[in-house]
Amino acid sequence: MTATNDTATRTVWERLLTIDRRIVFVFVGIALVVPFFLGVSQKMPVSREVRMMADAMERVPDGALVLISTDYDPPTTPELQPMSVVCMKYALKRKWRVVICGLYPMGAVQGNIAWDIAVRDEQFRDRRPVYGTDYVNLGFQSGNEAVIQKMGSDIHSTFTRDYRGTPIGEIPIMRGVTNLGNLDFMVNVSSGYPGTREWVQFGVDRFGLKMVAGNTAVQTTEMTPYVGKQLLGMAGGMRGAAELEQALGFPGKAGKYMVCQSVAHVIVIAFIVIGNIAYFATGRRRRGD
Amino acid sequence: MWMDHPGWVVFGTWVAALLTLGIISFLYRDNPVYKFCEALFVGLSAGYWFVSYFWQTLLPRQWDPLADAFGVLFSGRAVPWGEFVLLIPATLGIMMLLRLIPGAGWLSRWPLAFVVGFTAGLRLITFLQSNAIAQLHNSVQPVLAYDGSGGFLLWNSFNLLLVTVGTFAGLFYFFFSKEHKGAFGRVARLGTWFLMVTFGAAFGYTVMGRMSLLIGRIDFLLVNWLHVAQ
Repeated sequence: MTATNDTATRTVWERLLTIDRRIVFVFVGIALVVPFFLGVSQKMPVSREVRMMADAMERVPDGALVLISTDYDPPTTPELQPMSVVCMKYALKRKWRVVICGLYPMGAVQGNIAWDIAVRDEQFRDRRPVYGTDYVNLGFQSGNEAVIQKMGSDIHSTFTRDYRGTPIGEIPIMRGVTNLGNLDFMVNVSSGYPGTREWVQFGVDRFGLKMVAGNTAVQTTEMTPYVGKQLLGMAGGMRGAAELEQALGFPGKAGKYMVCQSVAHVIVIAFIVIGNIAYFATGRRRRGD
Repeated sequence: MWMDHPGWVVFGTWVAALLTLGIISFLYRDNPVYKFCEALFVGLSAGYWFVSYFWQTLLPRQWDPLADAFGVLFSGRAVPWGEFVLLIPATLGIMMLLRLIPGAGWLSRWPLAFVVGFTAGLRLITFLQSNAIAQLHNSVQPVLAYDGSGGFLLWNSFNLLLVTVGTFAGLFYFFFSKEHKGAFGRVARLGTWFLMVTFGAAFGYTVMGRMSLLIGRIDFLLVNWLHVAQ
C-alpha cells in the first residue's frame, strides 16, 4: 500500500469514528419510514411468555367476566394500544363480558379508544355490544395500589360511578360483582407505576386474580420473573404485541410496526459494528505509530 | 360534540403534527421551537392531570359527599355521620398545601408522614410476599426437565440449570461480608457476568421501546397527517 493510500484509509476510519450523530439519525429515520410504504407485516416465532398468555386466555370460558385494566397514557400507545386492541377483539370473539378501568387518568380513555377500534373490526360487524350489559368502562380512580387493595374488598365503593357518570349499582353487568374475587380473569396493559407490579402484588398474590399482562419494552425485564405462577403470561414491547396478534389470530398494527423496528435495529447494529471496527483499526495504527 | 366536527379534527391533526415536528427538531440541534413544544407539553400534561384529579377524584369523592352531608345536617333528615370522616383527608390535604406558606410550612410534615407511613405499611407486606417469598418459591424447581411421557428435555434442562447457576452466582456477588477472592471470588465474578447480561437485555429492550415511540409518531405523521401510507 502506498503512503497516499494509507493516509486516505486512515482518514476514512477516523472520520467514521467522529461521524456526526445526525447522519445516524438520518439513516435510522429512512429505515423507519420506508417500511411504511411497503405494506408488509413481519411474522415471527411466538415466544414462550406470549404463548402462555394466549393459552391462558384460551382457557377462560366463553361469556366470562373479564377485567381489562388499561394503565397507560398516549406516549406508550405504539407498543400498548395494539395489545389492548387485540385483547378486546379476542374478548369480543369469546363473548366475554368486559369491565374496563384505568389507574392512569388517560387509561380509561385509551381503553375506550381500543374498544372502539376492536368493535369496528369486520369480524364483529354483526355484533352490537351493549354498554352496561356486555361491557362497561369504570373510568379512572386515583390512589394507585390502594385502589386495587380496595377493589379486593369492595369494587362498588372504589368506583362509585362509571366513566359516563352512571352509579355502578345501576349498571347490569356490575350486579353481583362485589370484589376482585367475582372476576373470572384479568388482562393488565401497563406502562409503569401503578401497573402490572401492583396488580401482581395486590390483585394476584393477595386476592387470587388470574392475570396476564402486556408491558412496555422498558418494563419487560422487571416483569419477566413474575411469569409462571404469578403472571399466567406476558407480552413485552412491540415484539410482544406483534406476537400476541399472531397468537390470538388478529393481525394488526404491531406486526407492521415490527418491520420498521427490525430494519432500524439492523441499521443501529451496523453502526455499532462499523464504529467498533473503526475503533480497533485506528487503535492499531496509533500503537503502530 | 363540537370536537368531533371534521374541521376541528383536521385542525387538531395539524397542530399535533407541527408540535411533533417541533419536538423531533431537537435531533438537529437544540432550538427555540423545540423549547416551546417541550414547555407546552409539560404544561399541558400537568394541567390535564390537575383537571382529571379535580373532576374525577376531588369533586366526586371529597367535595360532593361532604357538601351533601352538611346539607342534610340542617335539613332535619337522618344525618350520614360516616361521611364526615372525609374531613380528615380534607384537613390533611389542606395541611399539605400549607407548605406554600413559609410560617406554616412545618404543618405539611404531618400529612407527609401519614403518606410515607401508609405507603410503607401497605407495600412492606406485599413486597415481602410477592417479591421475596413468591419469587423464592418460583425459583425452587428441579434442574432436570422431563416431558409427560418421561422423556428427557435437554434444552429445558439447560435453561433450568442456567437459571439456578445464575441465581446462585448473582447472590454470591451481593454477599459482601466475605472478601471476593479464591473460589468464592470466581463465583461472584460469574455473577457479575449474569448481571451484565441482564442489564444488556434491559438496555436492548429500552432501545426497542424508544424506537417504538418514534415509530408511533412516524405512523401519525404519514398516516393521519399526510395520508401517504396505510
